[in-house]
Amino acid sequence: MPHDHHDHEHDHAHGHAHAHAPPQPDHKVHSYYQILGVALKELLVEKGVVTADEVRAAIEKRDQITPAHGAKVVARSWVDPLYRIKLLTNANLAVAELGFPMTTTKLVAVENSEEVHNVVVCTLCSCYPRELLGLPPAWYKSRAYRARIVSEPRAVLGEFGTNLPDNVEVRVHDSTADIRYLVIPIQPPGTEGKSEEELAALVTRDSMIGVAEVKAHG
Amino acid sequence: MSASALQTREAPVHVPLNPGDLVRVRDDYPPGHIRTPVYVRGKVGRVTRSFGAFGNPELLAYRLNGPQQELYEVRFLQRDLWSDYSGGPNDSVDLDLYRHWLEKV
Amino acid sequence: MRGPHDVGGLPEGPIETETHDLSFWEKQIDGIRAVIGAKGIVTTHENRRYVEGLGDDAYETLTYYERWTAALARQMIEKNILTQDELDARVREIRARLAATGELAPELSGEHA
Repeated sequence: MPHDHHDHEHDHAHGHAHAHAPPQPDHKVHSYYQILGVALKELLVEKGVVTADEVRAAIEKRDQITPAHGAKVVARSWVDPLYRIKLLTNANLAVAELGFPMTTTKLVAVENSEEVHNVVVCTLCSCYPRELLGLPPAWYKSRAYRARIVSEPRAVLGEFGTNLPDNVEVRVHDSTADIRYLVIPIQPPGTEGKSEEELAALVTRDSMIGVAEVKAHG
Repeated sequence: MSASALQTREAPVHVPLNPGDLVRVRDDYPPGHIRTPVYVRGKVGRVTRSFGAFGNPELLAYRLNGPQQELYEVRFLQRDLWSDYSGGPNDSVDLDLYRHWLEKV
Repeated sequence: MRGPHDVGGLPEGPIETETHDLSFWEKQIDGIRAVIGAKGIVTTHENRRYVEGLGDDAYETLTYYERWTAALARQMIEKNILTQDELDARVREIRARLAATGELAPELSGEHA
């Protein structure tokens, strides 16, 4: 049940001065901020600042963007060397060509190789290529990931099951400004005969952030 | 914070930087909305690419207009950032930093 | 001075890598932010400034979307779009509704599905 996790998370807010709603029959405790969020929405709709339809449409638009979009981009870059060059030189153009326009931010693709392993973070907030991959996972926004990936990246990668030899340069990209990063993972050996669609199915969100490698068998 | 206090934070005119240039990040701690993380302030890195000019977030956060800033990707070696770094010798961190935070070394 | 958001390099424990779907409540905050952003009422840069400005205690104890909610409420008040009194009154109403029906808002009932 997904909201078990949220209830747990919201326990952290219990030290706050605001009183909480009494426990409900389903034992779901709403934090002050959840209630404030609903209050904000209702008031903004009543004042005509936003409409309920606009908010609903924005949620639906977000829900339609998933890591599968990025996976298609990566798979294309594996099978089409010219596309890979385009992705590395003008990523916004390259992703738009596959039907995934990024209109609000500049995208830069960085490629993993035998020499360099790239991994992405935003230590200051939660910058992420949302227009291509959707909303970031909770761990990407967590204080622990943001604090540690820039100073002990190998330990962090190890926690994600990614262990790299010392001679591979681990290159962390802290997206502090207007650029969003997409990692092009290494195509796993033994997958050369697979179709683009089959390859796309192997590409995970974590591999496009750079905390994982792509495995030959999902 | 007043608009004039923010404006005076704008450095005068900066010469453009090129990939390969060594730069030191200003070791400053001004108030306001800053996109230069504390962990690289005062550190030396190398410019690896130029992204062109972007609005300055320090002004935009207050809806102020001002000159755009050139944005650069700067690469720092992990061992230059953390004295006790124990990973690979070439391990690095790239940050995207605005011109007015960088001094050519 | 290091802001509460500027955490790069600070000592921290293991990363909780378990993922979960966002609740409808969280998606709705994200949606409101997207719509008022598209209308130019708040910008990404302003929003970041308000999130950082919540202060150390709030920044560290609230969840991600709770921070966004607090920052949005603050901005709506400072931009004279809503008043604190209106928000407080509506929060009381919703609490009463919650006590009576167990639901935050009718359209959020999907959250319990």
